Amino acid sequence: MSTPPRGVTGNILTSDAAGAARTETAPFGHALVRAAEQDPRIVGLTADLGKYTDIHVFAEKFPARFFQMGMAEQSLVGAACGLARTGCVPFATTYGVFATRRAYDFIAIGAALGRANVKIIAGLPGLTTGYGGTHQAIEDLALMRSIPGLTVIDPCDATETAQATAAIALHDGPVYMRLLRGVVPVTLEPHNKFEIGKARLLLDGTDVAYISTGLMTTRTLEAARILAATGIKAAVLHVSTLKPFDRAAVGALLSRVPRVVTAENHVVTGGLASAVADLAVDERLAIRLKRVGIPDCFCESGSLPYLAERYAMTAAHLVKAAQEILK
Amino acid sequence: MNELPLTRDPAALRTRAKALRRHVLRMAEIVGQGYVGQGLGIADVLTVIYFSELRTRPAEPGWVDRDRFVLSTGHYAIGLYAALAEAGIIPVAELATYGADGSRLEMSAPETTPGVEMTGGSLGHGLAQSVGMALGLRLQGRDARVFNLLSDGECQEGSTWEAALAGAHHRLDRLIAIIDCNNQQADGAPAKVMGLEPLHEKWAAFGWHTQRVNGNDIPALLAAFTQIRATPGKPHAIVVDTLMGKGVKTFEEREKNHFIRVAPEEWALANRQLEESA
Ligand SMILES: Cc1ncc(C[n+]2csc(CCOP(=O)(O)OP(=O)(O)O)c2C)c(N)n1
Repeated sequence: MSTPPRGVTGNILTSDAAGAARTETAPFGHALVRAAEQDPRIVGLTADLGKYTDIHVFAEKFPARFFQMGMAEQSLVGAACGLARTGCVPFATTYGVFATRRAYDFIAIGAALGRANVKIIAGLPGLTTGYGGTHQAIEDLALMRSIPGLTVIDPCDATETAQATAAIALHDGPVYMRLLRGVVPVTLEPHNKFEIGKARLLLDGTDVAYISTGLMTTRTLEAARILAATGIKAAVLHVSTLKPFDRAAVGALLSRVPRVVTAENHVVTGGLASAVADLAVDERLAIRLKRVGIPDCFCESGSLPYLAERYAMTAAHLVKAAQEILK
Repeated sequence: MNELPLTRDPAALRTRAKALRRHVLRMAEIVGQGYVGQGLGIADVLTVIYFSELRTRPAEPGWVDRDRFVLSTGHYAIGLYAALAEAGIIPVAELATYGADGSRLEMSAPETTPGVEMTGGSLGHGLAQSVGMALGLRLQGRDARVFNLLSDGECQEGSTWEAALAGAHHRLDRLIAIIDCNNQQADGAPAKVMGLEPLHEKWAAFGWHTQRVNGNDIPALLAAFTQIRATPGKPHAIVVDTLMGKGVKTFEEREKNHFIRVAPEEWALANRQLEESA
């Protein structure tokens, strides 16, 4: 048998950190421990994915405050809501697909309608696993964003994952946060502080505006650097809170730079691009919009570089999108 | 078109199970890690299903009167691909592409691959779809049977028990659930993660004709399927206790893990141990 080179396989857990200059391990788990040291109300739960969602760090530190629920996502979210009703602040982890698809009703009714102070932490967002359609959470933001009263966050890197964990621990209300797990790249500097509901202009520019969320912001920053070398000035607005959506910051940028490329680790309908388009229509802003993200299909399994290339989500594709919109 | 010949000869089935295990080891070696423990552990069960029970036509995987084998646990694909290759449903040479970019033999089996009835992997779907298949086949007057392989971990999903109620309510006696108790799930042993035992009593309480056998004992598996043919009127559950890594001593003995990492130099020993095993 011929042996393909190692590392090109579709493993379930795989790191996007290859090539990153700096990384951190389990930023969510460690940030949760720090928050829990301050706040005794914080508890943790998982559905047989403790080792796989970095909450094992919390479980080892606070065994009495950790509840293993078995592989049962509806029970996971339901129990988290019940814990919240007793005054606890539960952080419940599983993969995004199982939280949003299997337990949707429990999030919509138990957490959101019930205003339960529950934090759903959702692993393997978009194309961050080698597994295919069963494990890639490609439409979770659309599902979660359409639930009234739910806060929805898609952090960019290790720095923001840690900061967002601290912020949602203090926030009173239900939250859905995408999780970057394991060895996570560091893109953002700590002084560039995360706040729930605030978009951040990471780079100013006048020719084209990148509006991105989640790990795609690492790539829009890289694309902007490549464009700068060709004399094109690109702005990068990082929108890690999808809901509530920072209409003021996004609207201001759209008015100033009407050629826009959105970038999300998610299908291009129902997520960030749709939020931007809705805003443009509401505010009667004439923009030209190109949407970079996962097309309307279930994706193959494969290594992360293979998937990013296959579904046109690399920095090079972002550069091309900007060049096309400038034509 | 020809049906796959079936046998009840334990010696022939043992030889076949070893061939499956060879395929499993080679696939695992190519990706360097993974679900080799599950693939080796379930090889005897898959062998008995595919080569003693299941009516299939290898050249015609979509034959309407075929028996259905539904794999809920997508990550057991490594074992399924070995069985499909031995049965002649997919080419043996293709096993070398297991898990590679662009391959149809994804680490979790997709239903676009011949012989894969349903995309598993989102655990807890298999039994409900099997109930539907059994209802549909019965309605159409076909005598095909439906075999669903699920895992101990899957018995924690509510959907499994919802489907179990339906199977008994509709008296689906052509439906057979095989529950693999390898005593492992993602975060450790079920007794630690979420207790399941006595699992066979739960299936019996749900109205299923239930047996519990050693899933690495081929004559015991054959006897269980004989029992099933003699027991009409109820759906059937076989709770099989299996040993992860069965047939490769170092994997049998190592600390049990859902997803194991294997050092490059360990494979030669593993191959040797498999050849030396009974
Ligand atoms: C609905 C669902 N929840 C969680 C997972 C993640 N997951 C994959 S395998 C696994 C362990 C399941 O237990 P079992 O199948 O008994 O594991 P094994 O015997 O292979 O170790 C988990 C939790 C999943 N695939 N599907």
